[in-house]
Amino acid sequence: MTNPAQPAIGPIRGYLDFYLTQIRVAIATQFQYRVANYFYMIGMVAEPVIYLVVWSTIARQQGGEVGGFTPGQFAAYYIVWTLVRNMNIIFTPYGWEWRIRTGELSGMLLRPMHPIHNDLGFFAGWKFVVILLWLPIALVLSLIFQPDLNPRPIDIAVFAVAIWGAYLIRSVNYWILGMITFWTTRVGPIFELVITAELLLSGRLVPLSLMPDWAQNLANVLPFKWTFGFPIEALVGRLPESELLGGLAMQVLWIAIGAIGVRVVWRFAIRRYGAVGG
Amino acid sequence: MPDDSQPTIRVADLRKTFNVPVREAGFAAALKSLVRRETREVRAVDDIGFEIQAGEVVGFLGPNGAGKTTTLKMLSGLLYPTSGEARVLGYIPSKREPAFLRQITMVMGNRNQLQWDLPALDSFDLIRAIYRLDPVAFRQTRDEFIELLELGDLVNKPVRNLSLGERMKVETVGALLHRPRVLFLDEPTIGLDVTMQKRIRSFVAEYNQRLGATVLLTSHYMADVQALCKRVVVIHHGRILFDGALAELAARFNATKTIGVVLKDGNVDLSAYGDVMSTDDDRVTLRVARADAPEVTTRLLRDLPVADLTIEDPPIEDVIEHVFAGAAADLKAEADAAEVASGARS
Repeated sequence: MTNPAQPAIGPIRGYLDFYLTQIRVAIATQFQYRVANYFYMIGMVAEPVIYLVVWSTIARQQGGEVGGFTPGQFAAYYIVWTLVRNMNIIFTPYGWEWRIRTGELSGMLLRPMHPIHNDLGFFAGWKFVVILLWLPIALVLSLIFQPDLNPRPIDIAVFAVAIWGAYLIRSVNYWILGMITFWTTRVGPIFELVITAELLLSGRLVPLSLMPDWAQNLANVLPFKWTFGFPIEALVGRLPESELLGGLAMQVLWIAIGAIGVRVVWRFAIRRYGAVGG
Repeated sequence: MPDDSQPTIRVADLRKTFNVPVREAGFAAALKSLVRRETREVRAVDDIGFEIQAGEVVGFLGPNGAGKTTTLKMLSGLLYPTSGEARVLGYIPSKREPAFLRQITMVMGNRNQLQWDLPALDSFDLIRAIYRLDPVAFRQTRDEFIELLELGDLVNKPVRNLSLGERMKVETVGALLHRPRVLFLDEPTIGLDVTMQKRIRSFVAEYNQRLGATVLLTSHYMADVQALCKRVVVIHHGRILFDGALAELAARFNATKTIGVVLKDGNVDLSAYGDVMSTDDDRVTLRVARADAPEVTTRLLRDLPVADLTIEDPPIEDVIEHVFAGAAADLKAEADAAEVASGARS
């Protein structure tokens, strides 16, 4: 006779099975919307192409480079940017209000598993679809902009780990941010403030090495750089090995801080949950 | 670890209050609210208490806003109570321990928990992974439920392509795949046609019998309650008005009986025997005091050429309405008394 309070499968195998199943579900779901996904990605590419054209033009006007970046290196930076940006798609903090209003959160709370696993698994699955759709876009961009990209094997290895590290850091941080919704419903301005800080201090708008020293120092102690600038620079080959490994260590640190933050904020937030939406 | 000798659900002095912002209409009130935000405390559930034993199916009745769903949400761990005690299977629901969540389910009639774009079978598999179910036992349960609800090929269609009734059936299966011991069903048949309501009801009854599960059900359809529940708890304005057998509810709150009479030689005026409620063709329906029913029946049979005569309790909907109306009158009387008392002091 099995004990209904106890799961039939152990925790490690259980979580592995859950993530694999959730990833399969996410891939199947996103393939239902492959055209929409493609247009979404094409729209997203517009942002780095604008940055790329502007910076390449400035580089040519200044004798071929800006802050050590040639047009080919800018092309490499922003084409890799497109992949990192897609890897950084997570459950938006704006979605929390909808999640509460529709009762989706109530359904998640009834399950014997922390709801963050649902989001981590689902958006991780989405990445596999994104990478598949990204390949032809990257090919076209490469043909047009001729990137100067010659990564070493260690660069590729660190990049492969760092894009998932970036995804986890951004997931936990924006989960904490989204949970502000439990205290106040109009949280848009707070999100905008954080997203603006991320735009400036992550390497998303401009490579951090082109920013003033004070901004670079500030970026080093905030989580944003480790979600954008670090993975990109890891692949475009501008970092020595010590910085590559140090960057991964910083990612682990920010994931740990974020995970603790989620745990603490969740404990207080959930007490405020009104379950108004069902 | 829960103690099986204890009631499956135990609620004592349970209360839930919400602070609701209040503001009058108009620009001045909007400006005032910038400086000072006023809130009002609303007691959704007001010190209620009841116990439910293992295997019982209990109807939780009340009008909209009575506190039914709030109570169910506290018992399922979705809401933190303001005060009082709630225990389900020996667990404190608000702690939301995985061992507790693994043994309960909550079905809400108007909510979709399955993957909208995928066939229900994919969602069922995800549920298996979430609850860490044994794959063989899971498949057995899934197939058993699919057969019981006659889902057939519906589980292979994307959920978004199913009708409301079909969706509700697959949602119900999804909610029970982990074979919970306690079911909180909040309007599980809302919006469904009569056939689909019956199908869901018989499935819940079958589940209760096969697994000995405890069920707490809210529904505005009295057919659900009459088919499934021997016992009902009636709640109004957050307070429990009645807790007992459904038959006893009718006996206690309904002081009347309905007598249907068909005469051999057509209609005559029967107002001398009771209140004439309706006259359809040659059938007259009378309402009489419960205590007078035997005497009125005897008189009717003695005095008139009766072709057919039936004595019935009024529909349960009328009884419930009577209970709520009585409670509303009592509350108004309480409020009036309080107002008079405060006026006398000032």
